[in-house]
Amino acid sequence: MSQQKINQYRRDFLSKTTATAATGAIAPGVMLMSVGQAQARPADKAVTDKNRWGLLVDSNKCADGCSDCVKACESENAWGSGSSDEQKSDAQQKAQWIRTVTLKNKLTGSEHQLPMMCQHCEEPPCVDVCPTGASFKRADGIVLVDKHICIGCRYCMMACPYKARSFIHENLHDQAPEVPRGKGTVESCTLCVHKIDRGDGNTACAEACKHQAILFGDLKDPNSAIAIEMKKHATTQIRADLNLNTGVRYRGI
Amino acid sequence: MKPVVHYSAIEGRSIAYWGLLGTFGLFLLLGLGAVWVMEHNGHYVTGMNNHVIWGLPHVFAVFMIIAASGILNVASIASVFGKKMYKPLSRLSALMAIAFLAGGLMVLMLDLGRPDRLVIAATYLNPKSVFAWNILLYPGFFGAVAVYIWFMMEKRMNQYSHQIGLFAFVWRLLLTTGTGSIFGFVVARNGYDAAVLAPMFIIMSFGFGLAIYILSLMATCRWTGRELGDNVIRQLKNLLGVFIAAMFYFVFVLHLTSLYGTENHGFENFILAEGGLFTQIFWIGWVVIGLVLPIGIVYHPSMSKSRTWIGIASAMVIVGGLASMYVIIIGGQVFPMTIFPGYEVSSSFGDGAIASYTPSIWELGLGIGGITLALAMTTFAIKILPFIPDSLSDELMDPHHAAKTAEADKSETNAV
Amino acid sequence: MADSIGPELKINRANGDECVLPAEEIRKDHMKHLNHQRDDTMYDGIRTKQFSLKECINCHANKDEEGKYIPVNAPGEFCQTCHAYTSVKLDCFECHATKPRDTAFHPIVTDKMKAFVEVHETPNTKSMLDAIAIKNGAK
Repeated sequence: MSQQKINQYRRDFLSKTTATAATGAIAPGVMLMSVGQAQARPADKAVTDKNRWGLLVDSNKCADGCSDCVKACESENAWGSGSSDEQKSDAQQKAQWIRTVTLKNKLTGSEHQLPMMCQHCEEPPCVDVCPTGASFKRADGIVLVDKHICIGCRYCMMACPYKARSFIHENLHDQAPEVPRGKGTVESCTLCVHKIDRGDGNTACAEACKHQAILFGDLKDPNSAIAIEMKKHATTQIRADLNLNTGVRYRGI
Repeated sequence: MKPVVHYSAIEGRSIAYWGLLGTFGLFLLLGLGAVWVMEHNGHYVTGMNNHVIWGLPHVFAVFMIIAASGILNVASIASVFGKKMYKPLSRLSALMAIAFLAGGLMVLMLDLGRPDRLVIAATYLNPKSVFAWNILLYPGFFGAVAVYIWFMMEKRMNQYSHQIGLFAFVWRLLLTTGTGSIFGFVVARNGYDAAVLAPMFIIMSFGFGLAIYILSLMATCRWTGRELGDNVIRQLKNLLGVFIAAMFYFVFVLHLTSLYGTENHGFENFILAEGGLFTQIFWIGWVVIGLVLPIGIVYHPSMSKSRTWIGIASAMVIVGGLASMYVIIIGGQVFPMTIFPGYEVSSSFGDGAIASYTPSIWELGLGIGGITLALAMTTFAIKILPFIPDSLSDELMDPHHAAKTAEADKSETNAV
Repeated sequence: MADSIGPELKINRANGDECVLPAEEIRKDHMKHLNHQRDDTMYDGIRTKQFSLKECINCHANKDEEGKYIPVNAPGEFCQTCHAYTSVKLDCFECHATKPRDTAFHPIVTDKMKAFVEVHETPNTKSMLDAIAIKNGAK
């Protein structure tokens, strides 16, 4: 072969290899970006039922005495210790969006704990009983309270099998701009809907958990981490007998 | 010639009358003041919290709403079941039904977190919500009973009294069932998930309503100098006895059937034995004062003939009724939900623990405000329109029975 | 001229001299747009910025001498001035925040939260976030 041809081959080889290597280096980044952008819905597009957001809580991983998820939720949504409000309400009147529940096995005496929040049911009793339709389920499965039309009758609080909802018992001043809350209305965990809509792709509690006990994701996406995880081992719903098809599933109850 | 019953508006010019109305007005104002405190500051001033979300106002409100439909019973017995003796009693019965429903609704609506949004509640209705059905059932009741009163008062419409009476009767059954369903549909809570609650509420409405009616009728006739025959009282008293017996049966059945299921043992034990205040209110308030003592009075050979004792029996039924509402509504909330069967549960949000509830003066003020609204409406209305018959003497009400009794008395005297 | 009607407003012109609509229009129709937007946001998750209440406040909230935001419903402040003049009760701020977010961190704090947790071994609370922000020179 002539030297020129060899050089040509060399140049071709080098350029192709470099191109491939460069593509290989950039591609994951591009893919990540496109994945990230796929999670952020454009601001002017309505939500659809293409996704169904949910959580997988592994109680086995939930560390005894830890309440990081609670503190993160408080900080993100400005309630409890994350806000200077609710000073006049007593301990039973203060709102609580998420709580850690300690379970003691009556037979063995052993204890474990898990976080509990609004279960974002597919058939929410709170939505059924709300007289004005303020308690509603969004197309993507998140159950919310429209505080513009909530009259504060508290029937949803009565109907919720998980005691997920709280009523605001006094005037508030220190709300987070993304999370409106007000006296005389009912509220509960919003699955960080403002973060989801913004494209953060995660809830505050799941982000904060150091033990990976909470996993957020799209239950309808077979490739999502949560869907894959749920196929690995059995999961249950709290009060599965009520047939509410909750969006929050548990392991280790 | 058959004696005709005349009706007239009461005079209502005495100092006692205006004093009574004034007292009602005062308590109503205090009630509205309590509402202002709750609405302006928020519900932190009350004893209600995130675990006991419905408190004393709801005890009063549900009591009044149930009683309202039961008060209408007296009119229904005349128009629907054809008992002539009850006919003159009908107008007052229909009036008080409206008044007590209004009072109950006032309490409910003013306890809302955002009562300024009532217009939304009237315009956006969720078809699956019992509350939304009630928003249609309650005005329907007002309308039906108002028409009923009109038909009773206007001579040419008297012939249709039966039809409208039947309509109102069916409507109030729907309404009371709806009120019972508010609790019966709440599958999440041990104290409420019982189908027998709906018919029990209906029977309770009969009892509470009649007790309130008897007291009001006796007071009205006494204070306006109208005759009220012994026989009339006797028949009403006997009916009350039947209703109390029926309520007793339902309470018995409710707890007996609940006790059968092991899953209910926790709640039943709480109410019947180890619930502290709730157990006391159940046994002493609901059972003894509300059922056992009044039925004893009603069937006692000499006490049952005394109007004072009958009045006391009626008052006891009312007290027992409020106690029953307290046990059902508040007891049902105070007992923790079984979210994790088989585990002992604890958390920072009261899971697994008996919740605490201490009623505040504001809630009591609102509840009493509702009662006084009902009484004030009645007191005022009987002065404006002819609700009360001029006389409810035995001869007028039930000539045959009066004649028979007179015959029996005469033959007794002759025999002696 | 819009300026000739009603009281004088304390308008923050730092972000420009114009609102999202001409002054006459926005003064008359802001509730129409806000009511429409609120339903779109609540039920459909549409969060466009033009009629977002949060964006109104981000622009219209004034700061005091110490550089801290004043609530927009405080006496003399933007929303309150007109609403007091027209005697129309402001209901929005029963629930909605009256001030923009004033921590230095951008809302998407995932990386920073992770870094925070690594350093401090505890999730951030608002007060700690604020303290760090102020230390880093936030106003």
